[in-house]
Amino acid sequence: MNVLIDNFSLYGEGLLGTVELTVYASLLALVLGFVMASFRVAPVGSLRVFGTVWVDVLRNTPLTLLFFAVLLGLPRFGVVLPFQLFAVLALGCYTSAFICEAVRSGINTVPTGQGEAARSLGMTFAQTLGDVVLPQAFRSVIPPIGSTLIALAKNSAIAGSFSVTELLGVYKPLNEMGYSIIWSFIWIAVGYLIVTLTISAIFNVLEKRYGVAR
Amino acid sequence: MTSTALYDVPGPLTRRRHFVYGLVSTAVILALLGWILYLLFDTNQFTAAKWRPFEYEGIQELLLRGLGNTLKAFAYAAVLSLALGGLLACGRLSVHRPLRWVATLVVEFFRAMPVLVMIFFIFVALKVQPLPALVTGLTLYNGSVLAEVFRTGVNSVERGQREAAYSLGMYKTQVMSYVLVPQALRAMLPTIISQLVVALKDTSLGFLITYEEFLHAGKLIAGNLNYDLPFIPVVMIISPIYIGMCMLLSWFANWISKRQKRNPKTEAVEVADAEPGTLLPGVGPQV
Repeated sequence: MNVLIDNFSLYGEGLLGTVELTVYASLLALVLGFVMASFRVAPVGSLRVFGTVWVDVLRNTPLTLLFFAVLLGLPRFGVVLPFQLFAVLALGCYTSAFICEAVRSGINTVPTGQGEAARSLGMTFAQTLGDVVLPQAFRSVIPPIGSTLIALAKNSAIAGSFSVTELLGVYKPLNEMGYSIIWSFIWIAVGYLIVTLTISAIFNVLEKRYGVAR
Repeated sequence: MTSTALYDVPGPLTRRRHFVYGLVSTAVILALLGWILYLLFDTNQFTAAKWRPFEYEGIQELLLRGLGNTLKAFAYAAVLSLALGGLLACGRLSVHRPLRWVATLVVEFFRAMPVLVMIFFIFVALKVQPLPALVTGLTLYNGSVLAEVFRTGVNSVERGQREAAYSLGMYKTQVMSYVLVPQALRAMLPTIISQLVVALKDTSLGFLITYEEFLHAGKLIAGNLNYDLPFIPVVMIISPIYIGMCMLLSWFANWISKRQKRNPKTEAVEVADAEPGTLLPGVGPQV
């Protein structure tokens, strides 16, 4: 119990690091995933191929390998950024592949007739997309995206092992200061539970509010 | 191209426009690839000194041993997490309330916890060797996710099947083992294999607890000053092998999914797509 009270600021810093990493990487993943999904449904062949390769490769890449390649590899090309930014880049790109698939399958659940009806009413492409297809796709996309973002929050723990400030990394200084390892891990676990359960609560609310009635 | 709600069948004018878009985007993608290739040459990644180490037998053996260790960890983790998943699914589907509660608690806890935290806990706090620590962590996590997959599978079998079995006078265990589980397994096989892909990918976490797996072998070579620190060549050799293994397993899951959808034995149940189990508590895999 003492571990938490004595080192509250240390834990706070770690939790904040994890939350920051999760939020920034989520934003990157959502944007990139959306772009890739639009590539994958585009009527242009080369963009479709690019999107497919992006998704297939990143989905099958071990995240540790990606971190290894990005954090230790990019500096060889003279790209020197803070480690946290590298971590956001690796996490965001990795997760974007899963977001892309979620969005794409969401778009594919919208019946073709919806788009045909919209166009026969004289709607432009932007209107069809924004007023007809995306709102319907959004509904069926909520649970898979929630699941993906929970996975992202959990994956951010890997960044701690590559010297980025985050929650799991907290155990090291505590260990050196001689605190009980078991208790320091229990509080780390509680921290992660707070993050993941918050995300799942948010998405449960979204699902209740906007989800498809089952 | 699969038909979506987004576009009409293109006419001649649109086809010409799409052709121009295609040319432009191809040019951009090729330019991007060319730039990366230029960077690689510019920073001397293709010099003979950096690639020579891979000709040595000792280094090839080091890499192969690493790959073997990765596959060993995967094999243990896969078998054990399937067993644990089955056990926990039995608990969650049990008619005895305390058993159900315990199983639910275990499943929800381990699904919400990062697998790396568990591995570090077992490795650092319980002072276990790297391989058992890695395998235990992977088993707890993937076992819990698989338990949910099994449970969703059993629950997704049409209700009439269970009712018919009971009305034939079968016992609870018989209904499960002769009627529900065989159909559920067929339906969930793609998801189960996709979850095993996750386990295979996560064996690379062993690298972080000094387990001597594939990535670890790569790092040893990459840090060697004698060969001019061949980091990029190492990545270029390791990633295709790693990603290739995972892709192979993913394609297998996809193939099974397509095959099972055509199988007459899955008429009373919907076969899942090849996607790993969901992490959102209370929501089954996307069917």
